[in-house]
Amino acid sequence: MSTHTLSVLVENKPGVLARVSGLFSRRGFNINSLAVGPTEHEEISRITISVSVEGAALEQVTKQLNKLINVIKIVELDERQSVQRELLLVKVRADETTRRGVLDIVELFKARVVDVAPEVFTVELTARPDKLEALIKMLEPYGIREMVQSGMVALGRGPRSMTQAALRSVERTA
Amino acid sequence: MTDRAPQSVTGAKSLVRSLEEVGADVVFGIPGGAILPAYDPLYDSTRVRHVLVRHEQGAGHAAEGYAQASGKVGVCMATSGPGATNLVTPIADAYMDSVPIVAITGQVGRPFIGTDAFQEADISGITLPITKHNFLVQTAADIPQAIAEAFHLAATGRPGPVLVDLPKDVLQEQTTFSWPPRLDLPGYRPVTRPHGKQIREAARLIAEARRPVLYIGGGVLKARATAELRQLAELTGIPLVTTLMARGAFPDSHRQNLGMPGMHGGVTPVTALQKADLLIAIGTRFDDRVTGRLSTFAPHAAIIHADIDPAEIGKNRLADVPIVGDAREVMVDLIAAMKAEYAADRRADLTAWWRQLDQWRTTYPLGYEEPADGTLAPQYVIERLGQIAGPQTIFAAGVGQHQMWASQFISYENPYTWLNSGGAGTMGYAVPAAMGAKVGCPDKLVWAIDGDGCFQMTNQELATCAIEGIPIKVAVINNGNLGMVRQWQTLFYEERYSQTELGTHKHRIPDFVKLADALGCVGLRCESKDDVDSTIEKAMAIDDQPVVVDFTVGKDAMVWPMVAAGASNDEIQAARDLRPDFDGEL
Repeated sequence: MSTHTLSVLVENKPGVLARVSGLFSRRGFNINSLAVGPTEHEEISRITISVSVEGAALEQVTKQLNKLINVIKIVELDERQSVQRELLLVKVRADETTRRGVLDIVELFKARVVDVAPEVFTVELTARPDKLEALIKMLEPYGIREMVQSGMVALGRGPRSMTQAALRSVERTA
Repeated sequence: MTDRAPQSVTGAKSLVRSLEEVGADVVFGIPGGAILPAYDPLYDSTRVRHVLVRHEQGAGHAAEGYAQASGKVGVCMATSGPGATNLVTPIADAYMDSVPIVAITGQVGRPFIGTDAFQEADISGITLPITKHNFLVQTAADIPQAIAEAFHLAATGRPGPVLVDLPKDVLQEQTTFSWPPRLDLPGYRPVTRPHGKQIREAARLIAEARRPVLYIGGGVLKARATAELRQLAELTGIPLVTTLMARGAFPDSHRQNLGMPGMHGGVTPVTALQKADLLIAIGTRFDDRVTGRLSTFAPHAAIIHADIDPAEIGKNRLADVPIVGDAREVMVDLIAAMKAEYAADRRADLTAWWRQLDQWRTTYPLGYEEPADGTLAPQYVIERLGQIAGPQTIFAAGVGQHQMWASQFISYENPYTWLNSGGAGTMGYAVPAAMGAKVGCPDKLVWAIDGDGCFQMTNQELATCAIEGIPIKVAVINNGNLGMVRQWQTLFYEERYSQTELGTHKHRIPDFVKLADALGCVGLRCESKDDVDSTIEKAMAIDDQPVVVDFTVGKDAMVWPMVAAGASNDEIQAARDLRPDFDGEL
């Protein structure tokens, strides 16, 4: 099954996230990750959803999402035509003997150590999901104590703004 | 008269004023703690009639019956907690059948929300998956807009239920009222105008098809497009089938109407779909009860699928020509496009197709056998009821065998004369829906056709009917059993009748005649074929009181034809162990 990234502009109102996530579970679509946050317009929020579905099911997801009254616009972001990022924070064991090895990996991935405690580093990396996975794989042998990962956020490449276009079309039909 | 100057009012008064302005002339409901503030100004309203029901489920189904019969948005009202959760079944029912209703519920005061307060239930959360949209109103100033948006959403696009939840302190709060409010629905833009290119492509396929069928669903009724359907059908000469939700959209007596397709559809409509080379599906959703095993449904047919809801197109069956639009506008455009095709002399000959269809119709007509044990045939009762009551009568059915027979053996000649619970299959729908229909269309004769199982779920609304002056009539097709379940036990569970005997025959508990009497209705009983006509006529002669007729019928009658659940429509049985023989045809 292939992974698709949907960027969904919604009205910034209470309960909208529940409507969107509930739709996925009751229609039997599997969410890989979901991230929600504000946009440059106070009244609009953006939900970025990574979902694993095939062609016809993807169309059905999009159509069902579009039926939600609070959903204003949906765009599928192609992997190559967009910038996609996730954030990872990971606590990895790093005692005197392993510290150098951990730091080498951190440097190699252009990650950062954001907290230091005796025997443990907290490492931060913002990158494409596959790069995060690779970092985790490299750190695993040292001993991962705890980790947290955000949902994916993404924006289309180039000068175009999805929010601007959505607002213009809303104004036209109002 | 609309007073446009803002008035200082309570939230409750603002609600009642909004209902008046939006044109809600009837509300079915029951008061309780959290909604109580709304009932005070409602007491004074001369424009909104409140019908006090006996159970909130009855309020919901009454709103549905009202909406389906009258074409207006139905309204039900309940208090918080259990009052609201009792509305869940009719709301789900309205969602499945795209019925425009607005449910107004009281909620505990804002400071109590989330504290497990007395009679608190998160009804907006509970109804998220079964409403087109819902609102939890946060401030009294938002009430007029929420009500206006709720009615707009319920009635437009693909219709459906909308719930407005109103915390008690919001109803008590002081606010200003002005009308009309501004609608702010930036994400709601239903497409009603079909795409010209798709229409032309559809017309080309229709002109070429040799075995086309118009597969007509409830959307045609929702779009109030029956005149356009008749025009399109007669212009093209194409046979059509009307689904359970579309009965009445096209006259049953019309030569081109093959009847109802689906699990209990006729042999001809079911087989016509199976053998068709083109389906023109309008306002229908390829429901599993119509398609049977999806992978074998209409295997030779190209699909033109027109629906106002884009998500229905391609959901179950891929469409060759998808058309998003309102059924009426689609058919208006199709009529023009077909005229152009015919003018250019593009028109396939349907003579051979009609010859085939007529042969099936002659060989496999709908019918039933008289019970061998000498009991009254339920099909006969329903058939006579349809004939005596006439084509202007509104029939509301429950769910089960009697529902299927009522669809099969009554000839529907007019739109909005057949109300039932198609998608959800809600037992108990008939009595409250008939009540709502009678309130919406007081000049029409309204018969509920109910089973003895269904009737015991919601008959308390007959008290409402008796007291509020809503003289509906109820034909209880009393076979003493949960008939449809029993039929499946007969066919698929080796006649092991687990928990389907209701005792309404054996013990006469309840005695429906006495029950009718206790509920302020006239109760009649009919147990033999000879008495059917006179009993119906007796019931018809009473118009100042609700009437209940206990038609005591045999328990072994079965609904035929039948396509077993999960089977292919090709395996239709015209009667038990009788498979039509289509060898050598087509």
